[in-house]
Amino acid sequence: MKHIVSIEDLDNKSIMGILKRAKELLPVAKGNKKSKTLDGKILATCFFEPSTRTRLSFESAMQRLGGSCIGFADPSATSHLKGETLSDAIRMVAGYSDAVVLRHPREGAAKLASEVSEVPIINGGDGAGQHPTQTLLDLFTIKDEIGKLEGLKVGMLGDLRYGRTVHSLSQALNRFNTKFFFISPKSLAMPEHVTDVLDSHWSTHENLKEVLGDLDVLYVTRIQKERFPDLEDYKKVAGAYKINAELLKNAKSKMKILHPLPRVDEISTDVDETKHAAYFRQAFNGVPVRMALLEKLIGAKK
Amino acid sequence: MSENLLKVQPIRNGTVIDHIRAGRGRKILDILGLSKSGTTISLLVNVQSKKQKRKDMIKVEDRELDENEIEKLALLSPNARVNIIRNYAVAEKKEVKIPSFISSIVHCPNENCISNNERGVSSNFKLIDEETHQIQCTYCGRKIEEDKLNFL
Repeated sequence: MKHIVSIEDLDNKSIMGILKRAKELLPVAKGNKKSKTLDGKILATCFFEPSTRTRLSFESAMQRLGGSCIGFADPSATSHLKGETLSDAIRMVAGYSDAVVLRHPREGAAKLASEVSEVPIINGGDGAGQHPTQTLLDLFTIKDEIGKLEGLKVGMLGDLRYGRTVHSLSQALNRFNTKFFFISPKSLAMPEHVTDVLDSHWSTHENLKEVLGDLDVLYVTRIQKERFPDLEDYKKVAGAYKINAELLKNAKSKMKILHPLPRVDEISTDVDETKHAAYFRQAFNGVPVRMALLEKLIGAKK
Repeated sequence: MSENLLKVQPIRNGTVIDHIRAGRGRKILDILGLSKSGTTISLLVNVQSKKQKRKDMIKVEDRELDENEIEKLALLSPNARVNIIRNYAVAEKKEVKIPSFISSIVHCPNENCISNNERGVSSNFKLIDEETHQIQCTYCGRKIEEDKLNFL
C-alpha cells in the first residue's frame, strides 16, 4: 500500500503515469464520458481545517469515477474537540473507507496518519508543509499547456519565501532539467533550504521585466498583507509585482501564467482574456489529476 | 588516555566518558541527569589531550550508561568515548555513534509540528549528514543543527 505524503513519495515514472492517465480522464472529469473504475469504493475526506477547493475537487474526482465520499469539512463537528487524537481519528476513519484525504493545520500530520492507517493516506495539505496533489496538478497543467515538462524556463513570482506551492513545485520541476527564475522582493526570496537542493540553473531577480521575455511559464503567487508590519511597505511591494495585459506584450506568445488561486489583485482581470491565462484551467485540472491518483492508490480496474 | 585517567583516582566500577568536547561536560551531566543518580561523579574540565587540544571527562561511579544515554551523548559530543569499568579494568568500550534514527531524545523545534501537539507521539529524527550531524524531523521535515538541540 502506498501513501502520498509528499511529492517525493512519487518517482518520475509514477508522476508521468499519473499525468498520462489524468489526460485520458479529461472527458470523464468534464462529465462527457462515464466511468465506473471506482464503483463501490469510498473516499474519506477529513478536513481539520477548511479548504473548499481541495475538498470539492477530491469529492468530484471520486464521484466521477463511480465512487462515493464520506467525511467532514470542519473539525468542529467531530470528536476532535472532545480531545481525540489524530491517530485515533485516522484509525477509525480508515476502517470506514478505502482511502483518506487529510487536511490538517499541523506540519507532519499526514506522515503521522500514514503510520497508523490501514488504507492509503493522501496529504491534502499539512500546515506550512506539503501539498503534493497541488504539485501534481501544477505539473499536469504545465505539461498540458506547453506540451512538455523537460527543459523549460519557469519564472516564479511573488511570495517565494512562505509559499509552499512554489517550494514543492521547484523541487518537482528540478527533476525535469528546468531553468528557474525566482522573482520577488528581497524580503520574500526563495529560502535556501529550497535552492540548496536544486541542481538545475536558477537565478533571483527583483524585477519581472528583466526576465519576462525568456519565460515559458510564469507561476504567480499572492503576496499576503500579513507578511508586512507596515501597510505602506506592502502596498509598494504588491504594486511592483502586479501583472496586466499591457506588461505581457513583452512575453513570448506561448508563455502561460499559472496561479494556485485565489488571487486578489496580483493578476489584473484584463489578463483573463489573453492567451497567456492558464489559471482557470489549472484549477479545473485538480479533478482529472486527483482522479488518476485515486485510481492508482485505490487499485481500480480499468 | 591512561595519563589523564590518573588525574583523579581510578574508579572500581562504573563509566568513564572520555574525549568529551571541551566545555560540554556540564551539559552532559545535566542532560543525562547523572548527578541525580546519587553516586559519586567526577567532572574534569579542559584536560590537556593529545588528540584534541582540550577535552572534558566524566567519571561515574557504580553506574553503567545504557544505550539510550549513549545515544544522547553521541548527539552532544560525537567524538566521546565510553568505557565501562568493572573491578578497576575497562570491561567494555562502547561505540558512541549517532544512530541513523533518533527517537524520543530531542524535541522538534517546530512548535507547529504534529510531534509536539499530539498525545502519545514521540519525536523522530533521521540523521541526514554524518559530517555535520544535522538531523531532520521525520514528521515536519525541519532540519536542526547539532548545537541547537533541545533534549526531552
